[in-house]
Amino acid sequence: MPNWRTTATAQPATAIDVEEIARIIDAHIHLEGPLLPLLHALQEAFGYVPEHAHAPICDALNITRAEMHGVITFYHDFREKPAGRHVLKIYRAEACQSVGGAAMADALLAKLGLDWHGTTANGAVTIEPVYCLGLRARRDGR
Amino acid sequence: MKIYVPMDSAAKALGAEDVVAALRAAAPEAQIVRTGSRGMIWLEPLVEVEIDGVRHGYGPVTVGDVAEILDGSSAKALGPVEDLEWMKRQTRLTFARVGVIDPLSLSDYSAHGGLIGLRRAIGMSGAEIVAEVTNSGLRGRGGAGFPTGIKWKTVHEAEAPQKYIVCNADEGDSGTFADRMIMEGDPFTLIEGMAIAGLGVGATRGYVYLRSEYPDAIAVMRRAVEIARGAGVLGSDVLGSGRAFDMEIRVGAGAYVCGEETSLLNSLEGKRGVVRAKPPLPALEGFLGRPTVVNNVISLATVPVIFEKGAQTYADFGLGRSRGTVTLQIAGNVARGGLFETAFGITLGEVVNDLGGGTLTGRPIKAVQVGGPLGAYVPVSNFDVPLGYEELDAKGGLLGHAGLVVFDDHADMLQMARFAMEFCAVESCGKCTPCRIGAVRGVETIDRIAAGDGAAIPLLTDLCETMKDGSLCALGGFTPFPVMSALTHFPNDFATQKEAAE
Repeated sequence: MPNWRTTATAQPATAIDVEEIARIIDAHIHLEGPLLPLLHALQEAFGYVPEHAHAPICDALNITRAEMHGVITFYHDFREKPAGRHVLKIYRAEACQSVGGAAMADALLAKLGLDWHGTTANGAVTIEPVYCLGLRARRDGR
Repeated sequence: MKIYVPMDSAAKALGAEDVVAALRAAAPEAQIVRTGSRGMIWLEPLVEVEIDGVRHGYGPVTVGDVAEILDGSSAKALGPVEDLEWMKRQTRLTFARVGVIDPLSLSDYSAHGGLIGLRRAIGMSGAEIVAEVTNSGLRGRGGAGFPTGIKWKTVHEAEAPQKYIVCNADEGDSGTFADRMIMEGDPFTLIEGMAIAGLGVGATRGYVYLRSEYPDAIAVMRRAVEIARGAGVLGSDVLGSGRAFDMEIRVGAGAYVCGEETSLLNSLEGKRGVVRAKPPLPALEGFLGRPTVVNNVISLATVPVIFEKGAQTYADFGLGRSRGTVTLQIAGNVARGGLFETAFGITLGEVVNDLGGGTLTGRPIKAVQVGGPLGAYVPVSNFDVPLGYEELDAKGGLLGHAGLVVFDDHADMLQMARFAMEFCAVESCGKCTPCRIGAVRGVETIDRIAAGDGAAIPLLTDLCETMKDGSLCALGGFTPFPVMSALTHFPNDFATQKEAAE
């Protein structure tokens, strides 16, 4: 059950990046528990969480690099490097398995020569698992 | 001409946007109202045309059906939607407005009973509000089934400079979508429920922790909060009461375990979503260490109707200690999947065979997984079990969030048990050993069984006992439910390889 989502193309580290990062940090720093909204905003802007955003975030939030790294790596959503131009999320949970989801996923991964989270050599597609998008009451199973 | 088309993401996934574009092109004068979904997902996109004040349904609609729907000759005509069997048999309390109103019209919301509950609550003391919830018998719809009133009472009685209402909208269980449907189809009911909770316990701030996999729900909820704030439903002076309550939508980041309340709170604080040991209860030391009500979407979204119609009216529905209605989500390999709200007490067989129409493939049903990936596989022999918290518990299952995933006789229960362990290994937060290591060992042990090693079966049973007794939260603690129910009810699936090897 493909769910195509296009992500922004990765930007090189430029002065604009630094300004953009500072702007995003400023926009979120007042929140209670700002780190997740902040990381989401960075990923929205750059397609991943750029490494040169780590130090300014740690400074602004008064957390260590280790805490920061711990959070980024805990959550499936956050990427430390750019994904393919398209991110293809395939349902893997029980409801989809009940209608043959696992076989479809295996066939697709084999065809692309990828494992879960892999990106094709031409950078076109990244395949990620997703555990239910809450749509599997659909009759046609597309 | 007034035409209703859902903007629910399931309807969109089935082509609702193309149908709307075709309707606009063919009938530019028609008023097209976007709604939530009625819950009959096999009929989506379900188009409703109002004729003499009655909404007539057509579905499932494709672009090619549009001309015939507009001239009244379509073979997909279903008649008045309210008269359909699926609708008539329901008791829609929580979902009364979903599929009926424009989700983002506060005036539609008010015209259909919205804000009556909040206005009533404003005239009550905090203790009276909490008592009303207690009297309704409402229990946590997220899965644990803990009495909502007792949780609220604890927070109400706690002394603190700041308290919080946190809504758990991290609906990660496979085959569940009730939270998504109500947030996309009637967001104001959740907002109203949270405001009543805030008045009841003395909390002025609320958060909805909404999973990132639901972009449509995020957009609708964010817009609804803005509209509610603009209309004075939220803010420093809730509906002129002089009391404050405001809220914010926060987005999760793809961690299943964050549906566990303490892990959710850590995530909301910007930490790794690891589980906290209890005590202290979140009701006393929750978000940022303050007293916090953490309730599921459906629990909070049910609060307004309890205050609108009265606690006793709500409590009059149900069975035993399961009062009110349950929002069943019928999914998986089933002919008619969707959302069905009814009083507790309906049997599993009636839901799956009668309402669901059996499997989509037409093959016999083998099992139904009740309550998400941590719920038991219930065999056909237990289909007479009435759906209620205690009733399912007595059969070794759990109701959970009331998601039902149907499997036909092609399902390999050993593989399903393996998946349960694999899922637990992927999603474990890593804090406690039984879950972190146990799930990995569980996959290996099931692989040994699959390879014909019968001696691994007692080992798996023992491992499940350890995980059940020793895990910090329901992820490790309940993964044994699907595993052991598969092993207990479908021993042949665990023996075939062995016998073949011998």
